[in-house]
Formats: sequence, structure tokens, C-alpha cells
Amino acid sequence: MKITKVEALEEKANKIRQDIIQAIYYGKSGHPGGSLSCADILAVLYFNEMNINPQKPDDLSRDRFVLSKGHASAALYSALAEREYYSKDDLITFRHIDSPFQGHPDMNKVPGVDMTTGSLGQGLSVANGMALASKMDKMGYRVYCLLGDGEIEEGQIWEAAMTSAKYKLDNLCVIVDCNGLQLTGKTEDIKNLGLEDIEYKFKSFGFHTKIIDGHNIEQIMDGFSEAEQTKGVPTAIIAKTIKGKGISFMENDPAWHGKALNDEEYKEALEELNTIKKNEKDINKN
Amino acid sequence: MIEEKKIATRESFGKALSELKDENIVVLDADLDSSTKTDLFKEKHPERFIEVGIAEADMIGTAAGLATCKKIPFVSTFAAFATGRCYDQIRTSIAYPNLNVKICGTHAGITVGEDGATHQMLEDINLMRGLPNMTVISTSDDVQTKKMVKEIAKMNGPVYLRLSRLKTSVIYEDDVDFEIGKAVQIGEGIDATVFATGVTVAESLKAQEELLKQGIDIRVVDVHTIKPIDREMIIKCAKETGILFSVEDHNIIGGLGTAISEVLIEEHPKKLIRLGIDDKFGMSGRAEDLMNHFGINSKNIVEIIKEKLHK
Repeated sequence: MKITKVEALEEKANKIRQDIIQAIYYGKSGHPGGSLSCADILAVLYFNEMNINPQKPDDLSRDRFVLSKGHASAALYSALAEREYYSKDDLITFRHIDSPFQGHPDMNKVPGVDMTTGSLGQGLSVANGMALASKMDKMGYRVYCLLGDGEIEEGQIWEAAMTSAKYKLDNLCVIVDCNGLQLTGKTEDIKNLGLEDIEYKFKSFGFHTKIIDGHNIEQIMDGFSEAEQTKGVPTAIIAKTIKGKGISFMENDPAWHGKALNDEEYKEALEELNTIKKNEKDINKN
Repeated sequence: MIEEKKIATRESFGKALSELKDENIVVLDADLDSSTKTDLFKEKHPERFIEVGIAEADMIGTAAGLATCKKIPFVSTFAAFATGRCYDQIRTSIAYPNLNVKICGTHAGITVGEDGATHQMLEDINLMRGLPNMTVISTSDDVQTKKMVKEIAKMNGPVYLRLSRLKTSVIYEDDVDFEIGKAVQIGEGIDATVFATGVTVAESLKAQEELLKQGIDIRVVDVHTIKPIDREMIIKCAKETGILFSVEDHNIIGGLGTAISEVLIEEHPKKLIRLGIDDKFGMSGRAEDLMNHFGINSKNIVEIIKEKLHK
């Protein structure tokens, strides 16, 4: 049976999740929760949405991606590995001394990484700069910027949001990975950042907004095509996600914000992901 | 000194910026273009001018994004906000990825005058000097500023350019050239060396003239590039002259004097007397009165040199 585009993207997301788990296990540190929550979004971006060529990672006309929540580096490295910017075997050096795969992404060390990030709140300004350059040079490339829901507590995000709207950056698409948790607890408790609050804020700053299920491939695809069709204003996709998505014992547990898996957890996590894959195949067969 | 024409380096900067030919140059300002003089660029090239509003951190990030797309962004605001307010943005989004952004801080130092301590940036050299990949330039007059603006536009990599509000004497002839990293020695005197930067260069030259009348022959070194510092020039002067002085409109901690001390202690240990703001904040007042109060004008320089040389 021929698999559909959605199924193929689900498969890629699953592979990205496996790579994330592997990288963090071998790195003996990292941020699994927030990496797993954005795996589906990255799968759609890197395998369906973005105009990119792994053979020409520096091509000026390419679409750009800014991982503003830089601690989800394992997710970005895994997406790029699956997209064959480099071999996924390389990821076992994640966070090791002298590895290109730094704890937070370094654009000068890893092909395909469009911006160095790590200190939260800075990526949207950078994405604006890229989108402005695209417009100035009439290049037409699009810019995607992934923010964490906790991250938008940083004031610079809102300075930048005003700039996105002022310059009518309709070639910019912000995605907020709303997994509802940050290091200390729930974003709702820490700064009143529920899903609707976040949508309301971006709307009032002049964005076209859309709330989606950030683990539903079709909804993610629809969100991006709606963003592309939206003219004159930037778009913010508010993606409801689950921190640690895909690994039962990590889901919705803030303890998995920034810690590595031990041998047993690693085995269990990979088994779970493989089982999901098998189940999906069985469903397809039926 | 060729003439008594006085121009603030922020004016020279704005003029030179508006005359740059490279169409990849983009200028960003944070609601201060009439003060930073980037308005001259805005008038000529409105399509390459970006007004971010009162949002310096956003300005730095936007510039970083433009630089990743091969633009050459010049960002400008007062030195206090250009460096202190958005230090982490400069560190993470510009210096670490080594992006080609020129950060131009006008209104540096106590010579801002009446606006007082909040606007008198005395720690910017220290902040920017401590960042890997960052070049730090502090120009002394109209001619040097205009040439340095061209030089930094040509070089690839992040630069902090420190500029002043106070109108200062034009020091150099139009045909003098400057090289990033090469300090300019003025005079051959051997009694003392005065290392100066920015607005204190003109003061040091006035002091040099006055001292010569009194039989003391000093040399002045215009250290327009604070990083990378001109090690050879420092060692040469340490070997050739008597007591060494540094004078700057900046905290003596972490500025020009510190940069020179680091070279001396490694290469040619010798006493250096640091004139500058002695670990204090500034205050409101006329720029000239503040220079006198904090001990960095020509009169102060003459007095301390005479005292230390026992003359």
C-alpha cells in the first residue's frame, strides 16, 4: 500500500524523536522534553515546507529557520540529520568536547543551522532581520521562527513582534511550541501564558494567528499553507504540544526539561518509539 | 593642530555613513537618528534605513539576522544603550556567531554633559573589549572618524565604534590614513608618553604644546583601536620614553589604561599612570567642567606630568 504524505511525515517525526533520544543519551545531557514537543513541527518544516537544499546549506535564496528556543538543539540536529545535511551517526558526539553539536546551536559549526541561539528571547528579532533582507533583495524566501511558550516571557520577543508587524513581514511565520511547561512549572502559573492568552497577545501585536494541534501533521501543514497565503501581516501559529511527546514516562513531566536518560530509560524510550512505528504500519495495512 | 575647527565625531560618523557606496549597507536606529546623525543616511537611502523604535535589544537581533543574509548592518544609538542595555544580545547574536554588524555608540563618556550619569557610558570599552571576535574602535577627530567608518565597512566581523557628542578639534590633515590596530604616534618626545583615545586625544595634544613651552617634550599616542591593541607601539614607547600615562573618558577599570597595562605587564613591565574616571559614575554638568572635575582635560594632564616628572 502506498503511504500518504502525512504518513511519511509521521514516520520522519518518529525518526527525529529516535535521534533526539539517542543524541541526549550519548550526550549524557540535553533537553528531551522541549525537543520532543517540537519534533512533528520540525518534520513538516524540513520535509515538506521549507525550500532548502542540503547540498547547498548556504544558498542565499533558501528559506530560513531560527530555533529561538535553542535548548531544543537535539531536535534541530536530528531533523537536519534525517534531511541528510550530515550522517545521523555524527549525533553521538552531541554536547561532547570539540563536537560541532554544541549544547545550543552554533551556525558556524553545523551545516543547515541558520542562526546561533541559546539565550532565550532573541530569535524573533533575528528572524525579522532575515525576513527584511528577503524583502529588500526581493528574494522571496520565507523565514520560520520557533519560540517556546515559556520563552515569550522575555521582553525582546514583544519588541520584535512590533517590528514584524510594522514591516508587514508576511514572509515570516512564527510557531509557538506551547507545551505548557517550563523549567520550574506550568507557563500558566508562572506568567499567565495559556494557549488563548498567547494567541490573544500575538493577535493584538498585529499577527494573523491560528491555534493548531502541534502533533497533528495535517494541522501543521494547513497552518503553514495558511501562513503562506496570508498577505500584509506576519503569522503566528500557536501549536498546542505535549512536553516529552512520544515517550510515555516523559510526557507532561517538567522533570524531563533538561536531563539525560539512563540505560534502562533509553532502551524503554526507543522501544516505545519503535512500537508506535509498528502500530502505525499495522494500521496502514488494515 | 591644523585649525581650530571643532566637530563632534557623531557628526563625522553620520556624514561618512551617508556617503558609503556599498548597497549592502543597512542602517538601524532606535529613535535617536537626529542625535546619532544616522538621519543623514535615512534621507539619502530611506529604503535601507530601519527604525526599530525604542527597542535596542530588538535592534541588535534584527541586525544579526540581516548580517546572516549578507547585509552590512550599522546599528546606532547612545553608547549606554548600544552596549550596556543589550550586552547579552551582542554576545549571543553577534559576537559568538561572529556576524558582520557594526555597533556605533554615540554619546560615550562624561562629555555627554548635562544628561548625567545614566547617559554617560563609562563601561562600554570594558564590556565590548571582553567579547571574543569584537574589534573596538574609539576615534578622536573628524578625519579619523570618517576614514574609520569606511575601514570598518570594508572589514568582515563585528565592530564596536565609540563616538562622542562633544565637539572637538580637528587633529589630522585630510590625507592622513589610518589602519585598524595601528596607533598613531604624534611627536617624538622622550620625557613621557601619553596614550589617549577619543576626546582625550585633542586634550593631550594641547597638553603636549603647553609642556613643550615649559621645556618638557612628550609624545602623544592616539590609540584609536583599543582591540586589537597595538602591542608594538606600546612596547616601543615604554622603551623609548619616561613615565607612561593613559587618559580616557571611561572608567579606568577595563578601558584604555587596562588594555595598555596588560601589554606592559607581559612585555615590558613599567609604571603606567591611568587618568580617567576613577571607578565612579558621572554627573550632570557642562562637558568642559566635567572633564576638569574628573581630571582628564589638558590642564590636568599638564599638572600630573609635571608632578610625576618632578618639574
